[in-house]
Amino acid sequence: MARKLPSKNVVVIGLGWTGSILSYHLAKAGLDVVAIERGPWRDTATNFPPAYAQDELRYAVRLDLFLRPAQETLTFRNKADQIALPIRNFAGFLPGNGVGGAGIHWNGQTWRFLPTDFRLRSHLTERYGANILPDDMTIQDWPVSYDELEPYYDRFEKLCGTSGKAGNLKGVKQDGGNPFEGWRSAEYPTPPLKQGLGATLFAEAARKLGHSPFPQPASNLSEAYTNPLGIRMGQCSYCGFCERFGCGNYSKASPQTCVLPALLRVPNFTAQTESEVLKINLDSTGKRATGVTYVDTSGKEWEQPADIVLLCAFALFNVQLMLISGIGKPYDPVSGQGVVGRNYAYQTTSSVSVILKDKVLNPFIATGAHGMIIDDYNGDNFDHTNLGFVGGGYMGAGQTNGRPIQTRPVPKGTPKWGAAWKKATAETYQHAYSLSTHGSSYSYRDCWLDLDPTYKDRLGRPLMRMTFDFHENELKMSAFLTERLAEIAKAMNPTEMQAHPRKGPYDSTIYQTTHNTGGTVMGDDPQTSVLNRYGQSWDVHNLFVPGGASVFPQNHGYNPTNTVGALAFWTADAITQRYLKNPGPLM
Amino acid sequence: MDSKVPLLSRRTFLTSAAILVTTTASVVHGRTFHQGMPWAPGAADPPAQVRPGPWAFFTSDEAATMEAIVDRLIPPDDGGPGGKDAGCAVFIDRQLAGPYGRSDGLYTLPPFMPGSSTQGYQNPDSPGGRYRAGLKALADHIRQSQSGKTLRELSTVDQDKLLSTLEDGSIKLKDIDAKAFFAMLLQDTQQGFFADPIYGGNRDMAGWKLVGFPGARYDYRDWVERHNERYPLPPVSIMGRTDWVSKG
Ligand SMILES: Cc1cc2nc3c(=O)[nH]c(=O)nc-3n(C[C@H](O)[C@H](O)[C@H](O)COP(=O)(O)OP(=O)(O)OC[C@H]3O[C@@H](n4cnc5c(N)ncnc54)[C@H](O)[C@@H]3O)c2cc1C
Ligand code: SF4
Repeated sequence: MARKLPSKNVVVIGLGWTGSILSYHLAKAGLDVVAIERGPWRDTATNFPPAYAQDELRYAVRLDLFLRPAQETLTFRNKADQIALPIRNFAGFLPGNGVGGAGIHWNGQTWRFLPTDFRLRSHLTERYGANILPDDMTIQDWPVSYDELEPYYDRFEKLCGTSGKAGNLKGVKQDGGNPFEGWRSAEYPTPPLKQGLGATLFAEAARKLGHSPFPQPASNLSEAYTNPLGIRMGQCSYCGFCERFGCGNYSKASPQTCVLPALLRVPNFTAQTESEVLKINLDSTGKRATGVTYVDTSGKEWEQPADIVLLCAFALFNVQLMLISGIGKPYDPVSGQGVVGRNYAYQTTSSVSVILKDKVLNPFIATGAHGMIIDDYNGDNFDHTNLGFVGGGYMGAGQTNGRPIQTRPVPKGTPKWGAAWKKATAETYQHAYSLSTHGSSYSYRDCWLDLDPTYKDRLGRPLMRMTFDFHENELKMSAFLTERLAEIAKAMNPTEMQAHPRKGPYDSTIYQTTHNTGGTVMGDDPQTSVLNRYGQSWDVHNLFVPGGASVFPQNHGYNPTNTVGALAFWTADAITQRYLKNPGPLM
Repeated sequence: MDSKVPLLSRRTFLTSAAILVTTTASVVHGRTFHQGMPWAPGAADPPAQVRPGPWAFFTSDEAATMEAIVDRLIPPDDGGPGGKDAGCAVFIDRQLAGPYGRSDGLYTLPPFMPGSSTQGYQNPDSPGGRYRAGLKALADHIRQSQSGKTLRELSTVDQDKLLSTLEDGSIKLKDIDAKAFFAMLLQDTQQGFFADPIYGGNRDMAGWKLVGFPGARYDYRDWVERHNERYPLPPVSIMGRTDWVSKG
């Protein structure tokens, strides 16, 4: 039996990016807030100080800061006719765990979606006719527009201190920025990071071919910065131990560097760590959440009653907790009915590697998010007539590291070991560079999340089951993008070049991104969405999913977190400005 | 911080968090943070340095085989030391004796069913078990096919031939997938060669010197825009450099 704790105004499930932003705003608004986090407390001084943060084996290979599958994992299959098997060791994507969530060890690539991305289905059918969309593609418009979200993007970027160069300030194009981006109300909080030789050569080649390269927006700060919460961040040292690592320099935006020091000072906030939420509790009508039940590390169960429940557990676990708690109708791919777990999507990446024999590239001088990028082939920035696919992505030169366990390219045809391997490894390391594309992943009827019928977690709850494969549309898109990237690569005059377009089937053992999206989609219609435009559950009005990427109706050709953060602020405002005045359905 | 929870040392704390999975009688039962960031002296959790000494996982026979194998996967030459002198076998030994060898933290609940390659590893045996079984099957195979010899008694040419047949799966080992075993040997050997020397491999930073990686340095601000220039400083480890340590 769970022991009942005194009631709170708000219980936040998970203390990562969204959980920390919501906790701060609601506690500041005077509410009594408790955040419950399944993993341990983490801070820079203790967990990744610069004395030993730069340990590739520990953090990048043994995945020290990540969720252990023994604690929670998923089962996976490509197709509905296969038996899903457990992901016994995370590899293809790497969920976070502990205070800060995946915000500790993200790269910092901080992108906004395009204005047309927010009305994707309408836009594509208006421009090309409904026939351009495959029958089984289930993309839909967002219930919010870019214009509505713009001030919230700005807030998240200011929270992070994001480094970059605007390409469109209030509708006026700016030299040196992304000419395709939606309008911005303000310049980036800090100027762009400096660029190494690989990115510089890429930018020259891209310019020569008529493209408009610009520095990648990065929440790895080009200079010291004080954010609106009064927290001071340091300058990035291009240490090259960034993604998969915590930053020892207080230079990478994370809940640790941007929110927690201010949040922990708010007296009506409490964090409860090493405590895993088992389920969201409902009253007898099933229309109101009464709080959550969690289990601590001794196995003791606690009931935390609350007036408002905020699900901030990362995209995948947001969906799992909805399914386990029986909130919303689970999606059935056969009938196409139901919503929870529907429209799971991902990201479609690819790469082109080059060897530039006469150049010294110092690949270890890097950050998780610097580099030069072009956006000419993202979203609907280019004409898709007769291309046979929709969607796109950004591409460019953003190699994030030269850590030699995982990054040591060799020329094609080199043996995998022995004297020839050793020689080629030594000769190539300084001269190799990897370019990449970061493409969209639209949603489909047969890609979804539900509960596994066989496998259970350590607490006896069903694991979540992922059924996902790449579709022809995405593979064609990736082939097209990779060809464009290879054209630019060729103009860099490489000694050698290899293009690696994304090929099916989707492989859960090869890392691509941790950009899992969908499953608790936000929308205008309860038949095709779990949440309304404020991130509020259609079924349970005091439950919100404030911006985890599970709310995305499909995934676009960008990294998710700027949109995740913007939506977190958007929902925080909806709660403080609307919901508290009149608790009930906002739509 | 709430005082209902005893303040544990960082190491106990982290261990209990990781073990959360297996222990039931843990003293830690969740921690509460309120009104201020926690900080405690001595709470950091640096890695433990691998010390020279007896093998921790391998038997002396297994160790001798492993030293021969890692020296073929990464042979010594004028580019620098091979796998053996770089400590790759020691690295693997200590890793197998630790959490990696035991599959700590992985999902190891049944049922175990064969799947497609996109679904990942689906067998119950841990890396430790796979090495034990793989090295035995390999030794048996060599003894039978090479008139009673052991791997290290073969010429380096024959050792290479043998490793190639493991790599392409053209020999069959008893109860073990030769190709997968080779892939694990190669992966772990190369990890040992390029991981921080604190873990027992990459001795004298041999792997890092080979490619020109400066190791645990953490500040390249002055170097980002010095294009086409070789970074001049030699590598450092998390432990510093051996020439900084007094030899006394
Ligand atoms: C290696 C890596 C690189 C990335 N790089 C980028 C990038 O460059 N750009 C970008 O835009 N995005 C990137 N991301 C994604 C980014 O980290 C996430 O989008 C972001 O952290 C999501 O925020 P969140 O609040 O939804 O989840 P998180 O920040 O992960 O927080 C969720 C928290 O909830 C906790 N939790 C989960 N379940 C429970 C439960 N049942 N009970 C209690 N607590 C629970 C988790 O432990 C976690 O702390 C990257 C991710 C990874 C892993
Ligand atoms: S590259 Fe910069 S932001 Fe990333 S970990 Fe290093 S210092 Fe921090």
